[in-house]
Amino acid sequence: MASSDVARQPDKGARPLSLAGHVGFDSLPDQLVNKSITQGFCFNILCIGETGIGKSTLMDTLFNTNFENFESSHFEPQVKLRAQTYDLQESNVRLRLTVVNTVGFGDQMNKQESYQPVVDYIDKQFETYLQEELKIKRSLHNYHDSRVHACLYFISPSGHSLKSLDLVTMKKLDSKVNIIPVIAKADTISKSELHKFKIKIMSELVSNGVQIYQFPLDDETVAKVNTTMNGHLPFAVVGSTEEVCVGNKMVKARQYPWGVVQVENEHHCDFVKLREMLICVNMEDLREQTHTRHYELYRRCKLEEMGFKDTDPECKPVSLQQTYEAKRQEFLAELQKREDEMRQVFVQRVKEKEAELKEAERELQGRFEQLKRLHADEKAALEEKKRLLDNDLTSFGNRRTAAALLQPPGFTVNGKKDKDRKKWVELSCLYLMAQYTQALMANFKLFLS
Amino acid sequence: VLQQQKNLDGYVGFASLPNQVYRKSVKRGFEFTLMVVGESGLGKSTLINSLFLTDLYSTEYPGPSHRIKKTVQVEQSKVLIKEGGVQLLLTIVDTPGFGDAVDNSNCWQPIIDHIDSKFEDYLNSESRVNRRQMPDSRIHCCLYFIAPSGHGLKPLDIEFMKRLHEKVNVIPLIAKADTLTPEECQQFKKQIMREIQEHKIKIYEFPETDDEEENRLVKKIKDKLPLAVVGSNTIIEVNGKRVRGRQYPWGVAEVENSDHCDFTILRDMLIRTHMQDLKDVTNNVHYENYRSRKLAAVTYNGVDNNKAKGQLSTKSPLAQMEEERREHVAKMKKMEMEMEQVFEMKVKEKVQKLKDSEAELQRRHEQMKKNLEAQHKELEEKRRVFEDERSNWELQQRLEQQKMEASRTLEKNKKKGKIF
Repeated sequence: MASSDVARQPDKGARPLSLAGHVGFDSLPDQLVNKSITQGFCFNILCIGETGIGKSTLMDTLFNTNFENFESSHFEPQVKLRAQTYDLQESNVRLRLTVVNTVGFGDQMNKQESYQPVVDYIDKQFETYLQEELKIKRSLHNYHDSRVHACLYFISPSGHSLKSLDLVTMKKLDSKVNIIPVIAKADTISKSELHKFKIKIMSELVSNGVQIYQFPLDDETVAKVNTTMNGHLPFAVVGSTEEVCVGNKMVKARQYPWGVVQVENEHHCDFVKLREMLICVNMEDLREQTHTRHYELYRRCKLEEMGFKDTDPECKPVSLQQTYEAKRQEFLAELQKREDEMRQVFVQRVKEKEAELKEAERELQGRFEQLKRLHADEKAALEEKKRLLDNDLTSFGNRRTAAALLQPPGFTVNGKKDKDRKKWVELSCLYLMAQYTQALMANFKLFLS
Repeated sequence: VLQQQKNLDGYVGFASLPNQVYRKSVKRGFEFTLMVVGESGLGKSTLINSLFLTDLYSTEYPGPSHRIKKTVQVEQSKVLIKEGGVQLLLTIVDTPGFGDAVDNSNCWQPIIDHIDSKFEDYLNSESRVNRRQMPDSRIHCCLYFIAPSGHGLKPLDIEFMKRLHEKVNVIPLIAKADTLTPEECQQFKKQIMREIQEHKIKIYEFPETDDEEENRLVKKIKDKLPLAVVGSNTIIEVNGKRVRGRQYPWGVAEVENSDHCDFTILRDMLIRTHMQDLKDVTNNVHYENYRSRKLAAVTYNGVDNNKAKGQLSTKSPLAQMEEERREHVAKMKKMEMEMEQVFEMKVKEKVQKLKDSEAELQRRHEQMKKNLEAQHKELEEKRRVFEDERSNWELQQRLEQQKMEASRTLEKNKKKGKIF
C-alpha cells in the first residue's frame, strides 16, 4: 500500500510555478497505473442474504463465471461464512477476487445473534491487517488484502418493507463495511410495486440511521453518473447464468411462461446499473473507503482499547516510541508484580505449614513429656513399693536377728546346743502329753458329775 | 490462501480498474521530494531549473551556492507545478555548505539527521491513533554531484555515498560534464563505477520489468552510469531551433542533446519513468529499514538489537510483549511447580520424621510399660515370697513361743510337782 493511497491536503507554503515547457511528470498517473497492473488488483465482496435468495447466482452473473457453489440447507444451526478466492483476468488486468457468502443466514428460529459471525469475520480481517501493520518487519506492499471492500445485502422481495433482521444486521455493519443493499429476485415484483418498495426501504434505512454506501460525488468525471445512480438505490437485481435466445441473440435471462426476464435489459432490472457502479466505476473507491474510513475506525478503536493515546495527560503529543516505552515499563512492572505475588503466596504457605508442623512437633513433645512423667510416677511408685519391701525385709531381718538374740542358748539354730534342744523337745512333748491327759481327766470328771 | 484461476465468459468490467486508479491519483495529486548534494559551484541549481523547466532558483530565491554558509545547512523549497491536469508538489532539499569547508569531516551528519527526521515524522504520523492525512515529506531521491575532475571519486564522495546509500535512493551525477571530452567522460565513468563497486556502495537500481523492450532500455541506461549532465537556464538559437544550452566561443553545448550529455536520460528516468518507483523504493525499503530499526530498539529496551540478535523479529512490539508475557506465565508456572515439588518433599520428610518420632515414642512407652510391669511382677513375687517367709517365720515364732511357754509351764509345774 503506497503512501500516496492516503488522502492528502494541499500544502500551504508551496509556491505555484509555471513551466516553460513540457517536463513530463504528467506521466506520473501512468507510472502509478503501470505498477498497479503489474502488481495486480484485489477485491473482496461479502454477500449477506437468506438461503436461496440468489447470492451465488448473482455473483456468477456479475463476474461471468461459474464459481463453486454449494447448495446449503435451511437447517444450519448457526450462521457461517464461506470465503472463496479466485484469480480472474480481463484484458491485461488481473484481479484476485474473494467472494464471501453467508451460510444459513435467516434460517434459525432465534436470529438475535445472526449478525455476529459476520461482524466477527469483518473484524478478523481488519485485525490481521492491523497486526501486519504493527509488525516490526512487515511487508505491506505485497500483503494480500483480505478486508471486505463491499457488502451486498440481499433484501427479500416482499414488496412491503425491510425485515427487522435486515435493519439490525445493517445497523451493526454500516460502520464496518460499505453496504450496498440490493433487492433480490426482482422479477417477482412489478414496476409500480418496486418503486414503492424502493422508497419504503430507503426511508426505513434513513429513519433507522443506517449508513449505506453512497457512490462518491467528489470526482467531476463520475459525479454525474454517480448522482443518478444514487437515486436508483437499492438496485433491484435478477441473476441468471442461463442463456435464452431473444431476437437473434443469446442473452442471459430467465424464461417464464409469460415472458423472458433479461438480466442485462435495463428495463427489466437494475443489474447493469449494479455492475456499472460496483465494478466499472467505483471498485477502486470501495477499496479506498474501506482502507481510509472503515479500517481507520477499527484501528483507532483497537488502539484506544489497548491504551494508546496520541497525547499524554498534559495534552502534549506523545511519540510512538514513548508510548511503546511506557507500555513496556508497565508490562515489565506487571510481570514483576505477578512474580512477587506468587512468591509471597508461597512464602505464606511455607510459613503456615511450618507453624502447623511445629505445632504437631510440640504436641508430640508434650505427649512425650507426659508419658515420661507417667513413667517417672510409676517408677517412683514402684521404687516406693520396693523401698517398703526392703524396709520390711530389713525389719524382718532385724526381728529375726533380735529374736535369735533373745532366745536362750539352745534355741538358736546352733548345732552345738542340739542335745539340749532334743531334751527340750522331749520335755515339751511330755508336757503336752500331760496337758492332754489332764484335759481328758477333767472332761471325764465332768462327764461323771 | 487457496485461489483458483477462473476464465470469464463475457464482459465483467474490472478492466476499467486502471482507469479508476488513474482518475483517483490525478484527483489526489502527487508529491515528490528531491535532495541535491554537492559542493558549491557544480551547477546544482541550474540543473534543477533545467529539469523542471522552471525558475525554482532565481534572484528572488537564490540557489544553495549563492547562500554562503559556515556550516552545512539543510533547507527546502516547496513548489507546486501543474502539467496535463496533473499536479505535483515538488520539494527540493538543498544542502548549502556541503563540502565547502576546509575540514569536511562529518559534513554529511546534518543531511543524515534531516533524512532521519523526515522518517521519524512519517513514523509518528503513521503510528498515531487518529490518522488523518499523512503528508509524505520523506526524501525520495538524492542527486549527488561529482566534480568533473576526470580522475575518480574524492574521499568525501565515497564517504558520503557510503553513509547514505541505505537511507535514500542515491543517484550520482557528473556535474558540468561539458568540461570533459567524450573519451575522458567514458574513462571517468568507468573509474567511478569501479570505485563504487569496490566500496560496495548501493546506488539506485532500476527495477527489472517483464517487458523485454523496457529491460533493454534499462540496460542501456545502466551502461551510462553515472550520468554526466549539463544544465542551462538560457535559450540559444541553434540551426533555427531554440534550445537550452551553454554558449561557448567554439560552439554550443546543448542540454537536451544526447550526444552532448546525459541530461535527457536523467530527466526521462527521474521524472518520466521512474519517479513513482523512487517513491516506492523509499517507502518499501528505506523507510521500512528505518522503522524496523527504530521499533526493534524500543522492543528490546534500548539494547542494541542488531548486536544481540542476528535477525530482527517480524512481530509488532505488542505481539512481542504478548509473547514475552506468555513465556513469563509459562516460566512462572514451571517455577511454581518446582517450588511446589520442593515444598511437598520437605513436608513429607518432616511428616515422616514426626511419624517416626511418634512410633519411637510409642515403642519406648510400650517397652517401659512392659519393663515396669515386669518389675512389678517381680516385686509382687518377691513380696509374696517374703510375706510367705515372714508369715511362716511368724508362725514358727508363735509355735516356738507356745512351745517355750509350754515348756516353761511344764518346768513350773515340775517345780511345783504337779507333773507326775
